[in-house]
Amino acid sequence: MARPPVPIEELIRNFGPTLKYMPPGGWVNSGSHANETLVKTHCCFCGQQCGIQLRVHENQVVGFEPWDEFPFNRGMLCPKGVKRYLQGSHPDRLLDPLVRTDSGFRKASWDEALSTTADRLSSIQQQHGKDAVAVLGGASLISEKSYLLGKFARLALGTRHIDYNGRLCMVSAGTAYKLAFGVDRNPNPWSDIPEAEVVLVAGSNIAACFPITTDYLWRMRDNGGKLIVVDPRRTPICRKADLYLPVKPGMDTALFSGILHVVLRDGLHDREFIDKYTTGFDAVEEYARHWDPARTAEATGVKPESIEKAAHWFGASRRAMALHARGVEHHSHGVENVSSIINLCLATGNIGRKGSGPNMITGQGNGQGGREHGQKCDQLPGQRHLEDPEARAYVGGVWGVPPESLPHVGYTALEIFEAIHRGEIKGLLSICFNPLVSLPDAGYIREALNKLEFFGIIDFFLSETAHHADVVLAGSLQEEEEGVVCSGEGRVIKINKAVEPPGNARGDSEIIVDLARRLGKGEYFPFSSTREIFDEMRVASKGGVADYYGITWERIEKELGLFWPVPSEDHPGTPRLFENLVFKHPDRKAHFVMAEVRPGGDPLDESYPLHFTTGRVVSQFLSGTQTRRIGPLVDQRPEPFAELHPDLAAKYGIESGDLVTVSTRRGSVTVPALVVKTIRPDTVFIPYHWPGKKSANVLTRRTLDPRSKIPEYKSSACRIEKAKLADGLKPNGELNVLEAR
Amino acid sequence: MHGYEFYVDPSRCIGCQSCVNACAECGTHRGISLIHLDYFDPSQTTGSAPMVCMHCEEPTCGEVCPADAIKKGEDGVVRSALKPRCIACSNCVLACPFGVPKMQSSLELMMKCDMCYDRTSVGLRPMCATVCPSQALMYVHPDEAAKLRRDVPVNTFHFGNEVVKTKVFVYLPEGEDALDVDVQNDIWSPEE
Repeated sequence: MARPPVPIEELIRNFGPTLKYMPPGGWVNSGSHANETLVKTHCCFCGQQCGIQLRVHENQVVGFEPWDEFPFNRGMLCPKGVKRYLQGSHPDRLLDPLVRTDSGFRKASWDEALSTTADRLSSIQQQHGKDAVAVLGGASLISEKSYLLGKFARLALGTRHIDYNGRLCMVSAGTAYKLAFGVDRNPNPWSDIPEAEVVLVAGSNIAACFPITTDYLWRMRDNGGKLIVVDPRRTPICRKADLYLPVKPGMDTALFSGILHVVLRDGLHDREFIDKYTTGFDAVEEYARHWDPARTAEATGVKPESIEKAAHWFGASRRAMALHARGVEHHSHGVENVSSIINLCLATGNIGRKGSGPNMITGQGNGQGGREHGQKCDQLPGQRHLEDPEARAYVGGVWGVPPESLPHVGYTALEIFEAIHRGEIKGLLSICFNPLVSLPDAGYIREALNKLEFFGIIDFFLSETAHHADVVLAGSLQEEEEGVVCSGEGRVIKINKAVEPPGNARGDSEIIVDLARRLGKGEYFPFSSTREIFDEMRVASKGGVADYYGITWERIEKELGLFWPVPSEDHPGTPRLFENLVFKHPDRKAHFVMAEVRPGGDPLDESYPLHFTTGRVVSQFLSGTQTRRIGPLVDQRPEPFAELHPDLAAKYGIESGDLVTVSTRRGSVTVPALVVKTIRPDTVFIPYHWPGKKSANVLTRRTLDPRSKIPEYKSSACRIEKAKLADGLKPNGELNVLEAR
Repeated sequence: MHGYEFYVDPSRCIGCQSCVNACAECGTHRGISLIHLDYFDPSQTTGSAPMVCMHCEEPTCGEVCPADAIKKGEDGVVRSALKPRCIACSNCVLACPFGVPKMQSSLELMMKCDMCYDRTSVGLRPMCATVCPSQALMYVHPDEAAKLRRDVPVNTFHFGNEVVKTKVFVYLPEGEDALDVDVQNDIWSPEE
């Protein structure tokens, strides 16, 4: 049973999070070194993938220097990017493999750790079948590792069950784009944003989550464009918004149906485009007819005149863009929400031109690339579908296995945990994923981890999830392996290796290849470098939707990235999709996809009368495994908080700084209140980067979108009260933040 | 960087603290952040504003310094106090009309933004203006600034009867040529 071997307090004492503030050698010795090198690479965090230069001295990252020439960010960085170098040479870094004992984790040799992992996984499979073992990956990994992991699961383990944490990031958006356009990639490069006349931002706290995009929005406004923001919270970009629509959590489809209603009513749609280049308009039109401004206002809490204004601005423009992120995507109707945005763009002919089109703002570093080459449960490299006979034959050929030997579609990330609960999956190998913090209903996830017969994990820090591991394989940081990622724009860029893994830690790809050999499948994994993996991936992607065949590492460095598809080495890449208005469906048309308003999975009632929603802060990234170890970032926002409107706070006698207990049907969390006028009075917000009793995901529900299987993080039912002693307060009034065993 | 100027547009700021974190990475004062970032009133607004040293043509901080420790270079950049001279009296901290200098009591030294002259002198932009994701802090050639922005950069500030001219520009809405908040100056009086 994969339970933490000793109390969590002891694990934290030994493995952190410890806060690191200074570069190796301290500030005094960290000035420019004579033999220092600058390595051009990209930030390890979000999907913006800002260019950055790491300062390297004696195999240690000692600081950074902005990289002015990289066109996306031109030197700009958010605070995470500025301080990301502090994750190197960190005291919490795992320098050896670890094996769990009754008295904690002990160091092990690679031979022992890898053999144990291979043996335990094999013996579970022998006893319970191939599919009794699952693999979890992550969207921060370079594409070579994502590709390798998919191949590893299907060939070395032969399991159906491999999925990744992009499943909880933006998979509903990817699904909606595939349904509409036949391809899962942003239609526009970011350089289009300043060219737009109208930009609608829906469900994205850009200032906190994608700070660099702020500059693009401000330049759009400098050029005379208008900014419309849709969010239950008045986020910092609203300070320059021309129109703010404070939508009720979960009611995005209603809002966009209402906006489409006005567009159609007032004849602002592009009939010629619709007739010539799309299908499915009639049903969408008929549905929008029911969403007049009065009804939409009733459902969404947005004023009718604001709905009219948004429709008139967006509808009148043929250079309108809609940017959206997790706020609309993290719902059990996430696909509908995104489809309703795409429908608005299609109805107004806003696609395929400069400054015109719907675009998703990618969350994770390789959020785009990590979902292109077979790390998803239903996918083969090149964004091919696993059940497509042609795809199976082609990829089987590249891999040298008969197509029928390839496993079929397996479970998605959260479904894997449900299968662990049922006893169906008994062994798990995980990399780059901290589900205990990032999946909904954290209590349920903890129980699942406890039930595993074997849990192996590859990581560089001992994450909260790794507390449950039987074997921890000490892997590599982003700056320790060379490869590519695909940024949110669809631009394939190069991550360069700055340093070797420290101590006995190893490159992730080397670990996975070694495991494959120990599982007796070495012949399919002849790789001695990530370049060899990349070269095979190019071939495996050839002819697919996400065709990388014409991309080489050398071309990326020379051309500062390449937008896929790049079918041949003389192909210039494809920064903007659909310029010829030919879409990737067999009928070559764009498809309107019906998006009806459906209730979420956690309805409000008398006991739980408020909306609960989650999100991020600018100084932390995702589950915080890295950023909760970087001192200056932690100081900026040391702990989570509950944002409440003053009207709501007054009702419960709560003031800013008071501890408030937020409860849902799953559990309770006690955090300080932050009373602000910038949130809807019926909504409570807690950022989710923290574990244990501070975890916002103790509160969220495991409702999945039926098509994309994304969990519903952004809309739950909650109640609040001023905290009592029993709610996690120590007698002296401090929060009892550590997890009980 | 020759001919480049520093521009501040507080209305673009998103309060992310990139500048605060990057300032501490500057070569001349690594580990100590000297930029100011103010959140107006988080309970009411998400508004925030960064503040660098304005580098006055006639720096008040230098004029009030009893130890003659604060010097302006030929580049127009007013430096932190000279360590051998500074007596940590805080006169400059009190006198600066923009509230910029910081007393580092552990070092007994006034330190403030020096516009990264170590960087600008070798062709690099100042740390804060390089990383700023909203370009509320911008370091470009004036021609470039005129191309990029519709607002008006001003470097003249009225403090009572005192008029202060600075090296750094702040953006004001079109039609304003100086920052003057005294209502008295907008009131009609019969003498005029």
